[in-house]
Amino acid sequence: MKNSFNILIKSPKFMLGAGIFIVMLALVLIFPMINRKDPLEMIALAFQPPSSQLWLGSDNFGRDLFLELMYGIQTSIRVGLIAGVFATAIGLIIGLASGYIGGIVDNLLTSITNIFIVIPSFIILILISVSINSRSSLVTAIIIGITSWPWTARAVRAQTSSLRNRDHVHIAKISGHSTPRIIVFEILPYIASYVVMAFVLQTASGILSEASISMLGLGPYNTISLGIIMNWALVFEAPVAGAWWAFIPAALSIALITFSLYMMNTGMDEIFNPKIRS
Amino acid sequence: MNAYAKYFVKKLFWYLVTLVIAVSLNFFLPRMIEGNPVAMIVSQMTKGMTDSDTIKRVYETFIQEFGVDKPLWQQFLIYVQNLFTGNLGTSFGLYPKKVTDILASAVPWTIGLQLPAILVGWILGNVLGAVAAYKKGVFDKVIFPVALFVNSIPFFTLAIIMLYVFALTLGWFPLSGGYDFQMIPQLSFEFIGSVIRHHTLPFLSIVLVTIGGQAIGMREMSIYELNADYVLYSKLLGIRDSRISRYVFRNAMLPQITGLALSIGTMVGGSLICEIVFSYPGIGTWLFTAIRQLDYPLISGCTLLIALSVLLANFTIDIIYGFIDPRIKASQMEDQ
Repeated sequence: MKNSFNILIKSPKFMLGAGIFIVMLALVLIFPMINRKDPLEMIALAFQPPSSQLWLGSDNFGRDLFLELMYGIQTSIRVGLIAGVFATAIGLIIGLASGYIGGIVDNLLTSITNIFIVIPSFIILILISVSINSRSSLVTAIIIGITSWPWTARAVRAQTSSLRNRDHVHIAKISGHSTPRIIVFEILPYIASYVVMAFVLQTASGILSEASISMLGLGPYNTISLGIIMNWALVFEAPVAGAWWAFIPAALSIALITFSLYMMNTGMDEIFNPKIRS
Repeated sequence: MNAYAKYFVKKLFWYLVTLVIAVSLNFFLPRMIEGNPVAMIVSQMTKGMTDSDTIKRVYETFIQEFGVDKPLWQQFLIYVQNLFTGNLGTSFGLYPKKVTDILASAVPWTIGLQLPAILVGWILGNVLGAVAAYKKGVFDKVIFPVALFVNSIPFFTLAIIMLYVFALTLGWFPLSGGYDFQMIPQLSFEFIGSVIRHHTLPFLSIVLVTIGGQAIGMREMSIYELNADYVLYSKLLGIRDSRISRYVFRNAMLPQITGLALSIGTMVGGSLICEIVFSYPGIGTWLFTAIRQLDYPLISGCTLLIALSVLLANFTIDIIYGFIDPRIKASQMEDQ
């Protein structure tokens, strides 16, 4: 564990991604402590351009966009992380069960996984979100998580079913170890690197999903997320008003967060799968 | 039965199962959750909370069309029956327009935008990825991070930025819509020109984002193949580089085709939101309007249509894949 961490630090791609991510996270966590104003307070006229007081101008309601952005990034990252945890956990459980148990359980779970890979998760996300009246950001995150597990499940299953027939697993079985114990000590360590990578990717796609669903107007209520800022900008026609500050910073923030996560993933990928190092 | 027919039948069966599940989800999900839109509509109806006669009439049509007062399983049968007759109900927002009519008017726009955009993006992305893996050096060092960054920009973000830069600031392209407002759809050069001008920006924004993701995948696959033993062996045999790169490309291409099948759902979702940004008269924009107006039959019609077309696209790719990949035929032969 410590060893792979040491290798990770030497990967420029991973460090770049992690660096960007940590700096952004620190900024959005610390800034609201310094500027304790309410981000939803209307303090200026609509669509004021950036100035020394309003670093990113004001939106259609005359709210401070920089402050909104800080809270938005916070919510988006939180939603992404929670969605990532749920998606990875569900995918891991289904993948392990189907790969390790095999037989009819495997057939059943694999079919379910394949079916949910084909049905766009985006659609299920819309159908559930439309039906829930009071969506908090936690609810949105959980919905995203439970609609995006199939990828992880498929990959975990593939790796588990090949690991199951390795000698060390057979030995553990003969030694009379219980199934949970075999899974935790003989299988999990081998797929740990993959699970971490899957989590990073799921987090990135969770952030993108939140932004998409919020853009459609199905985002969480009573909160600010990057997608919601974009939705406001679009609904109140900020582009037509020429107010680039109302949507470009939010758009770039989404791109920057996902980019940093993808970078971390690529860095890890190159370390754990030496074959794709160029 | 020959190997390919067997493959086809097997795929067809699984897609039919998936289809049934997709249709059921589309029906049950919004009805199973507490406070669901259908129950809300019905309760508003029965409590007499609907203030105006129009809304009352709108809801009455809905209740009658979907048989909402009957038990759930009966409703489902009515729903399926309606589907077979191509009846998706009447829109709330655009009462008394039929949902099928609205969707029929939107489909050509969406297909005309997304199909070429996704295909062009996919092809360009694969070529770029393969070249990056093959040439290595500076080319790879430049393309890879750029592709990674483009890939992390959500579809609609790039769309908004392009809208702002090219349509608003530079004024090269129109802001919104599928054609100029004052025009009547017809087969004239003027109209077609207008359609193309409106088509360019949404098209480009979808293509660019697609290129990013595909280039990354193809680069990875190509590097993997280039390191394979058969490449080294062929080099030692003295086979020309151009020929080897053809083998590599073909082998790396196969997973990319499956990749296209698997990511098409995400792509379609992203492109739909792209339409909203440009107010393009396709399904995405209708879905956006429907959600804002709580136009439940239209929302459900849009989601169903999108799910069906993604299934169809996947099925098509799977069928083509069976033709291209000799291993599929081989594995079927072994089964026999």
